[in-house]
Amino acid sequence: MSTGPRNNDFTIRIANVNGTGSASANGLLMKALFRMGIPVVGKNYFPSNIQGLPTWYEIRVNEHGHLARSGRVDVMLAMNAETYKRDLASVAPGGFLVYDSTWPRHTSLKRDDITILGIPLARMCNEAFTLARSRILMKNVAYVGAAAALLDLDLKVIRDSLNQTFAKKVELLEANQQAIDLGYNYAKDNFDCPLAFTARSIDKTGGQIMIDGNTATALGCLYAGATVGAWYPITPSTSVMDAFSRFCQRYRTDPKTGLRNYCIIQAEDELSAMGMVLGASWNGARAFTPTSGPGISLMSEFLGYGYFAEIPAVLIDVQRCGPSTGMPTRTQQADIMSCAFASHGDTRHVLLFPANPEECFYLAVQAFDLAERLQTPVIMLTDLDIGMNDWMCKDLQWDDNFVPDRGKVLSAEALEKMDSFHRYLDADADAIPYRTFPGVHPNGAYFTRGSGHNMYGAYTEDAHEYQEVVDRLRRKWETAKNYVPASVVEYSEKYKVGIISIGSCDGAVQEARARLGESGIGVNYLRIKAFPFDAKVDEFLDAHDRIYVVEQNRDAQLRALLLLETPADSATLKSTLSYDGMPISADCVVDAISEDLAKGVAA
Amino acid sequence: MTFIRKPNVIHPRSPRNELGLTIRDYEGGMSTLCAGCGHDSVTGAIVQAAFELSLPPHRVAKMSGIGCSSKTPAYFLRQSHGFNTVHGRMPSVVTGANAANSDLTYIGVSGDGDSLSIGLGQFCHAIRRNVNMLYVIENNGVYGLTKGQFSASADIGSTAKKGEANLQPPIDPCRMAISMGAAFVARSFSGDKEQLVPLLKGGLSHRGFTVIDVISPCVTFNDHEGSTKSYEYTRQHFHPATATDYIQPSKEILAQYDEGQALPVSLHDGSQIVLRKVDHDYDPTDRAFVYSFLERHQMAGEIVTGLLYYDDSQQEMHDLSKIVDRPLSSIDYKDLCPGQSVLQNLQNSFR
Repeated sequence: MSTGPRNNDFTIRIANVNGTGSASANGLLMKALFRMGIPVVGKNYFPSNIQGLPTWYEIRVNEHGHLARSGRVDVMLAMNAETYKRDLASVAPGGFLVYDSTWPRHTSLKRDDITILGIPLARMCNEAFTLARSRILMKNVAYVGAAAALLDLDLKVIRDSLNQTFAKKVELLEANQQAIDLGYNYAKDNFDCPLAFTARSIDKTGGQIMIDGNTATALGCLYAGATVGAWYPITPSTSVMDAFSRFCQRYRTDPKTGLRNYCIIQAEDELSAMGMVLGASWNGARAFTPTSGPGISLMSEFLGYGYFAEIPAVLIDVQRCGPSTGMPTRTQQADIMSCAFASHGDTRHVLLFPANPEECFYLAVQAFDLAERLQTPVIMLTDLDIGMNDWMCKDLQWDDNFVPDRGKVLSAEALEKMDSFHRYLDADADAIPYRTFPGVHPNGAYFTRGSGHNMYGAYTEDAHEYQEVVDRLRRKWETAKNYVPASVVEYSEKYKVGIISIGSCDGAVQEARARLGESGIGVNYLRIKAFPFDAKVDEFLDAHDRIYVVEQNRDAQLRALLLLETPADSATLKSTLSYDGMPISADCVVDAISEDLAKGVAA
Repeated sequence: MTFIRKPNVIHPRSPRNELGLTIRDYEGGMSTLCAGCGHDSVTGAIVQAAFELSLPPHRVAKMSGIGCSSKTPAYFLRQSHGFNTVHGRMPSVVTGANAANSDLTYIGVSGDGDSLSIGLGQFCHAIRRNVNMLYVIENNGVYGLTKGQFSASADIGSTAKKGEANLQPPIDPCRMAISMGAAFVARSFSGDKEQLVPLLKGGLSHRGFTVIDVISPCVTFNDHEGSTKSYEYTRQHFHPATATDYIQPSKEILAQYDEGQALPVSLHDGSQIVLRKVDHDYDPTDRAFVYSFLERHQMAGEIVTGLLYYDDSQQEMHDLSKIVDRPLSSIDYKDLCPGQSVLQNLQNSFR
């Protein structure tokens, strides 16, 4: 990529110490860019810690809407002395760095290819504010003011944001406006503003929102009609239930009586959370649990139960870096295999793979429909990048005529007319049996068990009876292919290679396609949205003899699953992997494909 | 969960309850447990209690874990829904089921292995949440299905069938439940139906978590000399602290009780249990007293039985969580989905 002055195409990174209240200041800066109509994305690289460790917030500004991690830093706001050395080193040539010059930097820390700007933020804030906490907080706001001057941001937009945020807190509003002025005026007075990068108002954010995937997922659960949420807190999924709880307090609580038409249970562990979801679903409620990889490990026992006893359940796995505790605050797509086959015995689960918060909303709703239609657990796999970062998405839409698919449930009227009910009969030849809810009608009673059972629901150790049931479950898996969301396929006019990818890789793949296209390489692209794979996957595999499978784990789990579940040839599927915990960048994809194609030419 | 279907023959003069059902209507499949197993007596007591309370069978959910005890829900209330969960995880499934539908009667049957080892955590947390259910522990001090290992309720010095003695201290589910705030804690013996049936009826009528620890000897692996969970040992060391009479809401209290010795307790559904103190000093409402009483008698090798502790001041899970009175599972979707206009307004805060 070229260096030098650029409008609306740069990346800002802000280095901070966590626990110092920088999040709202960073959000203010990002939202100002968004409100100027410029596509933007905010990514938080934070430690698994509450206070005192380094944290970075990265804002990519790109008017073409490429919003994957850019992999470069143009503007560094270096507010953490401890990481100053590496923050300095990380700035791309031609960029600039702002540091707090209240305290001098070591003279050996220099670079000639970037501009280094000192602003005495702490000194100015110490002089302007009296309370220790506001001095710390306002320093953050002051660097937003400085950035506004250096990047030529619309100051009115920032002021309006503050007016909106602190509409009811006049004192805070005044302090924030003052801090913005401190940074802004200092930069204007001392530097030749704007510098190499500028933000110019355009109109590319109309009809868009800034939202994180966990909030969007919670909204999906709310709109799906979920009434029972059971969970055990785990990074990075915790904010799903925080948001669900917030929305429920607002939209599901009787304002007069204060009574709730929902039940959120913080379980003692993930084993229990999963048991609660099964119990609630069995009893006719829509129930879900948000978790992450370690939680999936613990829920595996019950996942097998749900599969075998055919009980709906919705799980949200916000994936983080494994194995084991791994890196809880870093992202990965490394639970694909463990979710697909979670639990002992011949077990397989329906998986959904949203690419961004917008899809989190719609797929969360669909997850409940699928779980009830197919009478089985459904796991929606997002990741930390989608779940906890701020993404620009199209406005979410809701069809008020939507009717949830509760699947094959027998009503009291239907049961009244029946002489006998048998839970696991394949009455419709689609391998999906009928179920009943407890307490509805005496004819509907049956025994739910994880032990061997026959098609009538009775205990069995008979070889034939057992096999009949597990064979039907396998046929139900085939039925599932007709219900899961289809893959998204995009063809290139100058096709040369294919990419198959999944989830949050989408942004990087789209950007890579654009860049490869500029250098004459056409890329056809299939993005898988569900497991079991739909017919489009087979078609795509069939039509391409060179396919790069792009995913964020070490062991090429999606590729392995494709080889296991489709007739794909292993020589056709090449892996492009990113698994260091940072969200995948377009560079990773472009470099891998360019190098591989060059190798082909050389040979 | 093996069972053999029983012929459903009803004698024309069989007594009928308020629903017009006979006791046979509350039975289940034929038990496949060992002949003489204490658990079968508990099954019989549950059948009788449910019959006498006129519970509509299809409004009862029978829940269990894994083990000999957990097989028993197949042997009672054949017209009820059953849920045989995984080992030690029945409490979480009941918690979720109860969250979805607070109107059903939940009977959980577990054992000492299921509740006190693999499921100890879930057992404790169901108590903490005060889930409205009857939780019966069929306690025999031994693992039956895997042939005779000690369980966590085995007493120090109690010997296994092959002779070795248990050296680790037992977990007493009653003392543990009391310490964790359970409101209705009882202990009984599978061989004493007269005591057990009123306790079961009281527990089924109590709104909140009821735990009844039933000493239920294992005839095959733990009924020998040297075992402290055998029929003989239990009969010899049985120490009733209270006796319980259950009085249905519609019935008048006719029995006369000695002043100071009877403690009538009103349950949430209007029924009453009357506790008669067998042990003169016993106070089942004094938590600290009960706890130390149980500890003292356990040290002396005695099995204190009866309704051991009762506290009517506690709120159950739905009340604590301020949940609407009707079952969540019965709420119309249109009352749950906020709709498009709310979504559009909400999103203005995301810009």
